Amino acid sequence: MKALLFQTLSKKNRLLILGVGLFLVLVYFIPIWAISISAPQYPEGLGMQIWINQITGATPYDLKNINLLNHYIGMKEIISESIPELLFMPYVLAYLIIGAFITELIPKVGMAILGIINLIIVGLVGLFDFWRWEYNYGHNLNPDAPIIIEGMAYQPPLLGCKVMLNITACSYPSYGGMILALSLVLLVYIVWDEKRRKKSNVV
Amino acid sequence: MLKKSNIIVVTLGIALFIFLPNCKKGAATATLASDAASRVYVAPGEKDEVYAFLSGGFSGQMSVYGIPSARLFKIIPVFSVFPENGYGFDEETKDMLKTTHGYVPWDDSHHVEASMTDGKQDGRWMFLNANNTPRLARIDLKSFETKEILEIPNTAGNHASPFATENTEYLMAATRFSVPVPQSNVSIDSFSKGGFKGTVTMVKVDKNSGRLSIELQVLVPGFNYDLSHCGKKKSHDWCFFSSYNSEQAHKMLEVGASKKDKDFILAFNWVRAKECKDQGKAYNFGGEYVNNFKDENKPAVSTKLSGVKMLNPKDCPGMMYYMPTPKSPHGTDVDSTGEYIVGGGKLASVIPVHSFSKMMEVKDKKEHHSTEIEGIPVLKYESTLAGEVQKPCLGPLHTEFDGQGYAYTSCFVSSEVVKWKLGTWEVVQHLPAYYSVGHLSIVGGSSTEPYGKYLIAMNKITKDRYLPVGMELPQSAQLYDISSGKAELLSDFPTVGEPHYSQMIPAKLIMDKTAKLFPLEENKHPYATKSENDAKIVKLGNTTHIYMTAIRSHFKPDIIEARTGETLYFHVTNLEQDYDIPHGFAIGGAPNMTNLLIMPGETRTFKWVAPKPGIYPFYCTDFCSALHQEMQQYIRVSP
Repeated sequence: MKALLFQTLSKKNRLLILGVGLFLVLVYFIPIWAISISAPQYPEGLGMQIWINQITGATPYDLKNINLLNHYIGMKEIISESIPELLFMPYVLAYLIIGAFITELIPKVGMAILGIINLIIVGLVGLFDFWRWEYNYGHNLNPDAPIIIEGMAYQPPLLGCKVMLNITACSYPSYGGMILALSLVLLVYIVWDEKRRKKSNVV
Repeated sequence: MLKKSNIIVVTLGIALFIFLPNCKKGAATATLASDAASRVYVAPGEKDEVYAFLSGGFSGQMSVYGIPSARLFKIIPVFSVFPENGYGFDEETKDMLKTTHGYVPWDDSHHVEASMTDGKQDGRWMFLNANNTPRLARIDLKSFETKEILEIPNTAGNHASPFATENTEYLMAATRFSVPVPQSNVSIDSFSKGGFKGTVTMVKVDKNSGRLSIELQVLVPGFNYDLSHCGKKKSHDWCFFSSYNSEQAHKMLEVGASKKDKDFILAFNWVRAKECKDQGKAYNFGGEYVNNFKDENKPAVSTKLSGVKMLNPKDCPGMMYYMPTPKSPHGTDVDSTGEYIVGGGKLASVIPVHSFSKMMEVKDKKEHHSTEIEGIPVLKYESTLAGEVQKPCLGPLHTEFDGQGYAYTSCFVSSEVVKWKLGTWEVVQHLPAYYSVGHLSIVGGSSTEPYGKYLIAMNKITKDRYLPVGMELPQSAQLYDISSGKAELLSDFPTVGEPHYSQMIPAKLIMDKTAKLFPLEENKHPYATKSENDAKIVKLGNTTHIYMTAIRSHFKPDIIEARTGETLYFHVTNLEQDYDIPHGFAIGGAPNMTNLLIMPGETRTFKWVAPKPGIYPFYCTDFCSALHQEMQQYIRVSP
C-alpha cells in the first residue's frame, strides 16, 4: 500500500492530472447547479443557477421572478449576498486546482488519492450545505406571509424533481457540477490504473 | 371610401338593372370549402400563420387579428383615445393627439401600410392615415405601439395616404378634399373656377429610426385625390394616385362629380420631384403642423413646425402625368411586377389596366397628349392602356395580386370579389361577399413577392349574417383560401369599427421580434422609480409628484395625503420584469383621466387634482396576481 502511495505517476496519468486541473478552471465560468421551476403561469419555466460565487436566474429576470413568486409563501429573498458560502467557494476550488498543479511537481499516486479525498469532502460538505440552505429557505418562512398552508414547507429537492403546490421544482447538477464529478472519476481511474500498473510491474 | 348609405341605393338601382345577367353567373361559381372549419381551426396553444392588421375606419384605431382563425389579438390605439390603457389621457401619451387644431382625440383611419425593404414586407412598422385631421402615424411592430404621428399641412382629408415607395423611402399623402391652399375664406363656388387646390405630400421615413418628416409638397389641380399605390421594380420611381371630381363640382357631387366619362390616375415621379427640389425649383411655403414622437418608455414630445417646400408641376417637367381612367377611379393598384396599374372605376363597367412600359414610351410624345391641366400633360387613354377586363362586376374598387399572375378586384355594388388573369384580362372566378366589400387584402399582396394563400374581403354591411345587435350591426371581414386554383370561402368574422383596409404579414416575420418588457435598467423616463427604496413624495408648492412603484401585489407609497385643489402626479413605475405582468392604476371618481396600464419596466403618469375632502381609493386594475384585489390603497384629501 505504502509503495503504491509513493509510486510515481505514469506520463499519461500526469497529463490526465494536468487535464483535471485545467478542467476545473472551467468551473469558474459555468454554473455548478441548476434549479428549474415550472407552473401553469410559467409555461416557459423559470430557472436559477448556482455558480461558484453567485446565484443568477437562467434569464436576466428569472431570479427576480422566483423571488416574487416566493414572497407569497413568505420565503426569504434569494440573493447572492445572503449566502456566505459563495464568498469562500472560489478559494476551495482554487485549492483543488492548485492541488492538481502541485501533483505535477510531486507526481505521486498519494497526491491523486489526496485529490480524491478532497473532492469527496468538498462534494459532501457542499451537498450538505446546499441541503441545509434549501432547508432553511423552505422552512424559515415569514409568519405574516399571505399564503400559509398548515404543515407545508417549500424545501426544493436536493436532486430530482418535487411538486410543491402548483409548482414543479427540479434540481440537477449543471455543467460545473458535472465537471467536478468527472474530475473525481478521472482521479479514481488514475489510481486504479496506477494500481494495475504496479501489479503488472510486480509480475 | 364610399359610405354605406345613399350610393348603394342610387347606383344599385340603376346598375343592377343593366348588369344583372352577368353577375348571376358570379354567384353560381362561388364555393364554400367543404372542410372550411378545420382549415380555420387553430387548436389551443397553436399559433396562427399570419398577422392581419386592420384599420378601424371611424374607430381611429388599428386591430390585430390572427389568420386563419380570425381571432382578435389586440386593438392598437392610434388616433383615438383608449380608456382601456389610458392612451391619449395620461401625461405620456396625451401629446400624441395634439394637432394645430388642438387636441383631436379621434380620427377616421383608412389605410394601413406595411414598411418594406426591396419591395418586400420587413415587419418593422405599420403606417396608418388619419383622414379627418390630416395625420399619418407610425406603429412599431416590436412593441405594437404608436410611436409617431405627423400632421400634414396644406391639405384636407388625408385619404390617399400613407402609401409607401418600394424601400419605404417615402410615404405619400394626398388631398381628398381640395381646399384653398393656403386656407382662406372664399366663396365655395370658386372651387369650380380653380380656386381650390390639392397637394401631394412626400413624407420621408428615416430608414433606421423610422422618424417622419415632410420632404416636399406638390401643388396639384383641385380634384379629389382618392387612393394611391407606388410602383415596384421598373416603376420604382413612380407613385399613382386616383382622382375623382375632375369636374370640380362643388355641390351635389353625387351627380356633379359623375358626369365625365373619365377621371384620372395621376402618375407621379417622386424621384424627379426630389431632383427638382434639390435643384431649387421648390419654393418656401407656409403651413403649420405638428410632429408627435413617443420614444420608448418616455413621454411623447410634441413639436410645432412650420413651412414646407412647395413645388408646382409646371416648374418640374417630367414629374407628373394624368392617365384618363373610367369612371371616378377609386383604387389604383400596381401589380407585383410593377408593370400594370389597375384602376378601379367605381362607376365603370370595365376594369382598366394601364401599362407602365407604354406610359414610359409615350409620356413625352406630344401626339399621345390630349391636353394639359395646370402644367400636367394628359395622356391619351388608349396610349397607356394594356387592356380592360370587360364587364367584371359592378363598382370595381380595389385590386390585389397573388403573385401567380392573378388579380382580385373587389366590387362594392355587386358585393363580390372577381378573380381575373393579368394579360388575358379574363375573369376566372366570382366570389360573393357579404356584403358591400370595400378593400380586400392578400398576404403581402401589395409587395413584390406576395405570400398569397389568404385573401380577406372587408365588408361594410352584415345584414342577416349574425345575431342582430340593435341598429348598428357589426361590420365584417371574410376569409378566402386562394392557394389552389379556385378560391374558397373559409369564414367571416365581425370586426372592430369599419375594417377598412388591411396589411397581412406572415407571422414568422414578426413574432420572434416582439418586445416582452421594458428592461428597468434602460428606463430613461424622467420620473422613473427603479426600486421601492426610491419611492417618494415630492411636494412643490401646490403640486405633488408621487414617485410610485407597483409590483405584485402592492404600490409604494401606499398612503397619500393631499389638500383640495392640489395637483398630484402619480408617476407609477411597474417594477415587474416578467413577461405579461402589467399593473393597472386608477383612482376612484377621477375626472378627465381613465385607467393606466403600465407594462413591466414602464413608467406612466396619472394626473389628478384633489377634489373635495374625503378618502379616495386607488387600485390596480389589471388582474396581476392572487393578491390583485389587495393591491389597493387610499388618498386622503383634507380641506
